[in-house]
Amino acid sequence: MKKLSKTTLGNFLTYALVIVAFIICQSMVNAGAMSRSLRGQLIPICVYIVMAVSLNLTVGISGELSLGHAGFMSVGAFSGIVASTWLQAAFGLENEVVRLILAMVFGGVFAGIAGVIIGVPVLRLRGDYLAIVTLAFGEIIRNVFNCLYISIDAGRVHISFNSPNIPGEMLVNGPAGATGVDRIATFAMGFALILFTLFVVLNLIHSRSGRAIMAVRDNRIAAESMGINVTKYRMMAFVTSAVLAGMAGALYGLNYSSVQASKFDFNTSILVLVFVVLGGIGNIFGSIIAAALLTVLPELLRAFSDYRMLVYAIVLILVMLATNSPAARTFFGRIVPKFRTSKAGKGGTAA
Amino acid sequence: MKFAKTLVAMVLALAMVLTMSSVAMAEDAGTIKIGLIGPMTGAAASYGTSVRQGVELAVEEVNGLGGVQIELNAQDDEHDQELSINAYNTLWDWGAQMIIGCVTTGPCVAVGAEAYNDRMFMLTPSASSTDVIADKDNVYQLCFTDPAQGSASAQYISEHGLGTKIAVIYNNADAYSTGIYQTFEAAAAELGLEIVSVTTFTDDTTDFSVQVTEAREAGADLVFLPIYYTPASMILQQANSMDYAPVFFGVDGMDGILNIEGFDTSLAEGVMLLTPFSADATDDLTVNFVTKYEEAYGATPDQFAADGYDCVYTLYAAINEAGITADMSAEECCDLLIAAMQNIEITGVTGTMTWSATGEVTKTPTAVRIENGVYVGADVAEEAATDEAAADEVATEEAATDEAAADEAATDEAVTDEAAADEAATEEAAADEAATDEAATEEAA
Repeated sequence: MKKLSKTTLGNFLTYALVIVAFIICQSMVNAGAMSRSLRGQLIPICVYIVMAVSLNLTVGISGELSLGHAGFMSVGAFSGIVASTWLQAAFGLENEVVRLILAMVFGGVFAGIAGVIIGVPVLRLRGDYLAIVTLAFGEIIRNVFNCLYISIDAGRVHISFNSPNIPGEMLVNGPAGATGVDRIATFAMGFALILFTLFVVLNLIHSRSGRAIMAVRDNRIAAESMGINVTKYRMMAFVTSAVLAGMAGALYGLNYSSVQASKFDFNTSILVLVFVVLGGIGNIFGSIIAAALLTVLPELLRAFSDYRMLVYAIVLILVMLATNSPAARTFFGRIVPKFRTSKAGKGGTAA
Repeated sequence: MKFAKTLVAMVLALAMVLTMSSVAMAEDAGTIKIGLIGPMTGAAASYGTSVRQGVELAVEEVNGLGGVQIELNAQDDEHDQELSINAYNTLWDWGAQMIIGCVTTGPCVAVGAEAYNDRMFMLTPSASSTDVIADKDNVYQLCFTDPAQGSASAQYISEHGLGTKIAVIYNNADAYSTGIYQTFEAAAAELGLEIVSVTTFTDDTTDFSVQVTEAREAGADLVFLPIYYTPASMILQQANSMDYAPVFFGVDGMDGILNIEGFDTSLAEGVMLLTPFSADATDDLTVNFVTKYEEAYGATPDQFAADGYDCVYTLYAAINEAGITADMSAEECCDLLIAAMQNIEITGVTGTMTWSATGEVTKTPTAVRIENGVYVGADVAEEAATDEAAADEVATEEAATDEAAADEAATDEAVTDEAAADEAATEEAAADEAATDEAATEEAA
């Protein structure tokens, strides 16, 4: 009973942090106290938080390395864009909030389908195959979208591979990507998506299934001997993670009037993985902080002009050194007694 | 503990650098603020850096004239639409009154939509897709659009009978390359050019033997390369090693092929390309630009640098035409500049340019052929290959172009007048007829 209340408390702290951060940001925006540069990053921050939290489900909780998370994001982004435009053209749906929610649902479903297709064969294997396959998936899906032409003609969606000769208004134009997208994403919806993601992920982790997923991660043989269906629970974590990434992708795609497949390359996957690793593998709260800070950081470093990526890398290294140094740990441990134990416990799963 | 000290020292150093750079960025009163967005780092860095250097050179020159003073703020976007929006927002915070950019197409479309909502004037040096200017009255292009290049290439090949069987190798992961190919294909079909082989590659490709072999096996005598110069140089190398020597025809992305380090320029002998700028041109403007650029940066300027350079002079002319002052808001500037852009005619290093209300530029592409490691006007090369002749021809061509432009204008006017007269005459005639008819009817009655 005592343990349960502790995790509940931790969850509430995470929700509270997100809600407080949202209220502060929103009131700053309303008061006009936030610079335009920061205001423009609010939605991308939401997207990357969702990406990091969902990847943490695969990497931290399920213990699998996924190197193609941006692939799911791109599936979500493009299907979300098509869904949003189609809903408007076919059903005359003008309400932007409803359209955005439905687009995110579409994005999530399609990314989830991609996740199932990859997961079914690969998650049955032992070893690091998921890393290899997701890496390939990310590259393949990017090249597929580079050859994909989608248009909308009188409410009907036309899809063609490698040929732009399809009727209607071009929506996705091969390597030029989706252009002229209605920008219907809002910060409030981004916030809602973060809450939804936290709700799903935290509840999954602390459920019976979540404990089974972690048991598989910690000792597969022991888990199997207890009668746990290994593939099923690994699939559960992986597909959930893909669905959430797809929803984040839809939000991302609908925030810009032009999106290219080349955005969702290996670098983006690694960027999200960096958020997860620096925030602490298996630590949802840490993922949120890391994603938000590391998204804003390159913009804050614009004063360094050409050297800012160099400075960014140095900051990353310093953060890693600082969080791992025993001196810093005892320092934090003194302030928050809980920090030391939880950090050590979760750090152990990283290996 | 030593580590902690080092950490503190580094943080302090960082803070100092930050304060210093923010002091350096302190603004002057009375200058027009122009923002520049382009990729200064990342995979497309060479384009952004070239544009920035061209722009910086021109800003220095313009400020030296003593008239309107310009302050430039260049922001990196890494050829990424997300970072491009961030760069745009940073410039907006800085108080930019107009933007030169973006350098690349994808980011330019994203930023264009944002700028359209804010009423911020944009002039892009090199984003060539039609999506960039579509449905936006505030975005202008200084470069040719992709369709213009594709159809101009097809026309040139067909008019000069350069090839009967055409092979195309293009980058299907690149919007620029794909865009040109699509219009080339359509124009070629209209003009009756036979395309025998179409092969593609992506950004990561380093081996082109499949594409070149297929072109050779299809018996192509002309290979059209609507791609950038780096892959083009590899294709030339591969074709040479196979003893395959068709005519290679490129577009403006091919410009720069002679400056690749370690590339044997003799391989590029006979390559033809359409380009608005050639660093070897002998007119005063180009010579001045190339000399100064080489002095400042130790490199021959490419077409991107030339586009950036012309952008500043275009904005300078538009600013003077519109009477923009430093205290105007971006919104006020936007409307004035849009009106001014349609009235000005700029002769820059990339040719003589005028703009239509859609934001598209009108200028003549020149075809050049590479002879002895330098560009030579293509028509000249067919007649006589001496440099002197080339220089003469360039001059003649220029004169001819001017004349043609003047003629055209005159003809246009004449045609319009005539048409108007005709119309009036027809109307009159119709009225007469009607009257006669009426009269006839009356008579009959």
